[in-house]
Amino acid sequence: MSKKMHVKLNVNGEDHEFLAEPRELLIYALREKLNITGPHVGCETSHCGACTVTMNGKSVKSCTVFVAQANGSEVTTVEGLGNPDALHVLQENFKEHHGLQCGFCTPGMITRAAKLLEENPNPTEEEVRFGIAGNLCRCTGYQNIVKSILSAASEMNAAKEAAQ
Amino acid sequence: MIPAAFEYYRPTDMAGVIALLQEHGDDARVIAGGHSLIPMMKLRMADVPHLIDLQAIKGLNGIAITDGTVTIGAMVTQHEIINSAEMEKAAPIMKEAALQIADPQVRYMGTVGGNVANGDPGNDMPGLMQCLNAQFHLTGPDGDRTVDARDFYEAAYMTDREDEEVLTAVSFAAPVGGFAYEKQKRKIGDYATAAAAVQISKEGGKVAAASIAMTNLSDTPVWSDSAGAALVGTACDDAAVKAAVTAMLGDIDPTEDNRGPVAFKRHAAGIVLGRAITRAWSRA
Ligand SMILES: Cc1cc2nc3c(=O)[nH]c(=O)nc-3n(C[C@H](O)[C@H](O)[C@H](O)COP(=O)(O)OP(=O)(O)OC[C@H]3O[C@@H](n4cnc5c(N)ncnc54)[C@H](O)[C@@H]3O)c2cc1C
Ligand code: FES
Ligand code: FES
Repeated sequence: MSKKMHVKLNVNGEDHEFLAEPRELLIYALREKLNITGPHVGCETSHCGACTVTMNGKSVKSCTVFVAQANGSEVTTVEGLGNPDALHVLQENFKEHHGLQCGFCTPGMITRAAKLLEENPNPTEEEVRFGIAGNLCRCTGYQNIVKSILSAASEMNAAKEAAQ
Repeated sequence: MIPAAFEYYRPTDMAGVIALLQEHGDDARVIAGGHSLIPMMKLRMADVPHLIDLQAIKGLNGIAITDGTVTIGAMVTQHEIINSAEMEKAAPIMKEAALQIADPQVRYMGTVGGNVANGDPGNDMPGLMQCLNAQFHLTGPDGDRTVDARDFYEAAYMTDREDEEVLTAVSFAAPVGGFAYEKQKRKIGDYATAAAAVQISKEGGKVAAASIAMTNLSDTPVWSDSAGAALVGTACDDAAVKAAVTAMLGDIDPTEDNRGPVAFKRHAAGIVLGRAITRAWSRA
């Protein structure tokens, strides 16, 4: 066992400090140290994307980042997007369009979709499919996830226009 | 899933990295995007007691295009390649290939340097770099040196890089003419069953120059000099494409795995090369 290091993370706008071994994966630091259990673990080969969070403005698979590397970062998880009383547009649309069943892929899917829409507010269906290709889902067949994201995009754009 | 313990370092200059590599020898490794190394550590296929993170080193970032030379810092990510308008203009094959690598999350983290230094024949950029006749820039205890991408790969995970050297950048002359990166894969994020990188330039309706490299069809990427030569001077018609494919098949040496038996991979290699040549020619 190596020495524990002092880790600082800002998660969903809140500062956290804790001790961890450098080899601890970011996903486990979030889930086990900070009790942020939205991001999930679905594989050990970095394919499924259930662990997706936003780190310093990038969609990352938090199972493939050591907490040592993440030290000093800003992280957003699904919990930081919205909560049951004030859902994020994406969360609302996943609910509306039946974009989830078991819900296990959903936190990663929604976090990834949020970043995708930030970078490309008007994606085509093909761009959505390609943009979430790092996120696997066992239940939905993706169709309704795509619908949810496209519908969230138009709502977000309409809201932007209305605000202008 | 659970990697073995290691000591972690985040030096802020290259001298610090090299000093650590010298001190720990075989027991130390640099980590860039981590998206080949961490998966191997999680499976305990890589044992790295001393992990040196390159993220805080200045001078490994950025894409520079000057006097027709494209220089890409080792820590430039695949995401940055895809989103660089200058890169798309100077070497559009880079974006075409990068979009076929991995998936969005991996591309935010995975670096050009890690992709070419890794030494896995499955990686797409090594063949691409050979097609572009790129140079790899290395820094070590004895200073800097440059190696041709075409001379860098020795065997699977064996490259010309010494343990105490760091790859700092890759560079190549901005390619001219048409281009294509054609990859056959089972699904998103899969390494190629077969892939081909092609650059072709045209003069008076004939092929003036052609460069062809193949991915994941040997224990290293394969730059096929003879396949390129088979196209030069032709009008890139069916017979010329066939000759190039035949020449390429003489240079590859695929092995059987769950992507298919050798005969299938050779077939797939011929198909992807034919498609890549046709697309590159149409753009030349
Ligand atoms: C799900 C998934 C799918 C993928 N699909 C593809 C694909 O289709 N095609 C493809 O090409 N790749 C693919 N990859 C690999 C991905 O592109 C990696 O990110 C890349 O191979 C390595 O880059 P890295 O920056 O992550 O390097 P790391 O993982 O950090 O390092 C890889 C190796 O290179 C060494 N290294 C890194 N940088 C340097 C340097 N500057 N100098 C010296 N040595 C260095 C490290 O010590 C290590 O041994 C995939 C990865 C995943 C997880
Ligand atoms: S847990 Fe599957 S990609 Fe992270
Ligand atoms: S909803 Fe079950 S895995 Fe996607």
